[in-house]
Amino acid sequence: MKIPVIYNLRSLRQRPVSTLTTAVGMGLVVLVFIAMMALSRGFRAALVDTGSRENVIVLRKGSDTELVSGIGRNTAQTIAAVPFIARGPEGRPMVSPEVYVLVSLDRLTEGEALVVARGINPEAFEVRKNVEIVEGRMIKPGSPEILIGKSIVDRFANTGIGDKINFASRDWTVVGHFAASGSAFESEIWGENEQFMPAFRGEVFQSVTFRMEDPSAFESIKTSLESDPRLQVDALREYDFYAGQSALLSQILNFAAVFIAGIMAIGAIFGAINTMYAAVGARAPEIAVLLTLGFRPFSVMSSFLLEATMIAVLGGLLGCLFSLPINGIVTSTTNWQSFSEVAFAFRVTPDLLLRGVLFAVVMGFIGGFFPARRAAKQPVVQAARQA
Amino acid sequence: MKYLKLIRANLFRNKRRTVLTMCSVAAALFLFVTLRSVLTTLDDAKEVGSETRMVTRSAISIVFALPEAYYQWLQTVPGVDNVTWASWFGGVYRDPKDFFATFAVDAETYLPMYPEINVPAQQREAFLAERTAAIVGSGLMERFGWSLNQTISLRSSIYSPSEEWPFTIRAVYEPTNPSFGDENFFFHYDYLYEKSQYAQPGWYIMLLSDPAAAASVAETIDEHYKNSRAATRTETERAFQTGFITMYGNIGFLLNAIGMAVFFAILFVAANTMMMSARERVNEQAVLKTLGFSDGLLFALVMTEAAVITVVGGVLGVATAKLLFGLTGFQGAGFLPGFEIKWSTAVVGLVIAVFLGLISGFVPAWQALRLPISQTLRRVA
Repeated sequence: MKIPVIYNLRSLRQRPVSTLTTAVGMGLVVLVFIAMMALSRGFRAALVDTGSRENVIVLRKGSDTELVSGIGRNTAQTIAAVPFIARGPEGRPMVSPEVYVLVSLDRLTEGEALVVARGINPEAFEVRKNVEIVEGRMIKPGSPEILIGKSIVDRFANTGIGDKINFASRDWTVVGHFAASGSAFESEIWGENEQFMPAFRGEVFQSVTFRMEDPSAFESIKTSLESDPRLQVDALREYDFYAGQSALLSQILNFAAVFIAGIMAIGAIFGAINTMYAAVGARAPEIAVLLTLGFRPFSVMSSFLLEATMIAVLGGLLGCLFSLPINGIVTSTTNWQSFSEVAFAFRVTPDLLLRGVLFAVVMGFIGGFFPARRAAKQPVVQAARQA
Repeated sequence: MKYLKLIRANLFRNKRRTVLTMCSVAAALFLFVTLRSVLTTLDDAKEVGSETRMVTRSAISIVFALPEAYYQWLQTVPGVDNVTWASWFGGVYRDPKDFFATFAVDAETYLPMYPEINVPAQQREAFLAERTAAIVGSGLMERFGWSLNQTISLRSSIYSPSEEWPFTIRAVYEPTNPSFGDENFFFHYDYLYEKSQYAQPGWYIMLLSDPAAAASVAETIDEHYKNSRAATRTETERAFQTGFITMYGNIGFLLNAIGMAVFFAILFVAANTMMMSARERVNEQAVLKTLGFSDGLLFALVMTEAAVITVVGGVLGVATAKLLFGLTGFQGAGFLPGFEIKWSTAVVGLVIAVFLGLISGFVPAWQALRLPISQTLRRVA
């Protein structure tokens, strides 16, 4: 027969300080776990959201980043002429040959960052569905004007509309800010590719991105581009390309999350064991009564395990509560895979919260196991005598 | 001293609880010193940059190369003793995830300027005499199981990525300063140029006769190239290194925040234990008071007991970290050269452990101090 849950609840309420300190300890472990995972997820999401599954990015053969790629004008024109590119409202192919360079800018806080400067043509806004100008206007062709990603605006100097930023020995006027639903594009500076080319590396693009007319035909498009001897290029789904760029850092962050939270968890589990042993010890006579009444040892054990789990769930919920304020906080780092600065927001998602609580439950279960077994194995007569 | 026995008896009264609490403090302190050492390692990495060497790079960003012709003029700048240059090769050995730094350098001028690259004279000669030779850090040799005079082949993520580049390891260096890193790979710029046909110096390094001249040298150089096709940005090597470290973002804040969370989580665990053990001993404390133990003495006894638990746990955690990272030679996969638990970090850890003890022991100690004898004893019945 099961021992009623209300018994555990009342027992917990009888020693509120001990219950709460144990729970808060676990809550902090859960907080660190959720925070680290939220960091990793936020970073990954920023990059994954950058690429679309309907787009193809073409790079020089063997290049794993845009930075080291190079595509000549002729090659870019050949790519733009292939038949499987979707057409925009005016019947023009939705293809964007782009210049990609890194410029060194000083952060407002301290230190410098390598910011992506991307040279585009007007089609870039058709190809990238998630990009839109939220303030100001589009750049005028033939003029040294730039658009600035939303997440750069608060972190670097001279990013307001009408301001001038100096790089590549020229002043560039900021004419607009753009949003890209939180993706890595928001950490970039966009200008006209014909302006950027002479300013940086001369007559060469770094990548060509186009929208597929039929995204399901990707494999055949890839084959036909990569096997064309005139081109010497790699073609990747834009989504996979950006997801791949996040692999290294998100792996490191995930490892750090598990390492740090794991070691903290050991400490918290030892704490839970102490708490539960104390609870079992203090209630020896009660346990004897339960056993005498005919509750089976297994029920007693389950009951104490449940009690430990209840403390853990309380801790897990506290951890979730502590972690809510960090959701959406924007931070930035250098993505060493692409060498560029990426801003992203901590992402505390419902499934992460659930994992946090589960993590706590595991801690509670491990912490409660031995004390609960001790309770169940208690010799009745001795325990009753203590009363 | 005569009270030591009493404290010892109290500690051993519930051995399991004492040991578990010590272990949880040990886990926390292990984590704490590890995280702190990441920060101290990054700080040291800033310091490795010398104040007497200056770095000139492209004003746009480090990824833009500079013309070879700059070498001649830079030598003529007043205050500059020697000039050399290097290029980033982006070398990959089998798996790109096994990152290490590869530099193409002008060996004849580079090695004299970097005494940190400590190589036996014979190996140095062998390296200089051969165009495809390489100098490799001892840590990197170990990581990939390479041996001296072995020929290995790398690919470059920058120069014709599908091509294999054979190198013969003619010298192994042991850095004079651990923060310089023992996982770097140096080879001849001439080889890079010959094979790629389009390599250029990535940055120039100048040795100054007087570090005080740094600001004026930087100004002279940057002013000279200001309106050229490749404008420059010059700063001391230390400032240059610091710039790189800050590119990680606000890692200090992150690690400190985690450190705080670790501290408080364990504080709650330890405080709970101390309160539980004190609660069980209320009667004894009342008896001690009756026997004439003063309030202050009882307070001190409980505090000492708490501090002993956390300090023993702290020593355990710090020592484990020191031994573990010392023996495994952990370097953060090449990102944290010279990673170690410094003695100063160990001391900070132990101070934290003492604080943990004092704070967690305070509530039960205070309760012991305020304990009303008659009421407590009456409860015993």
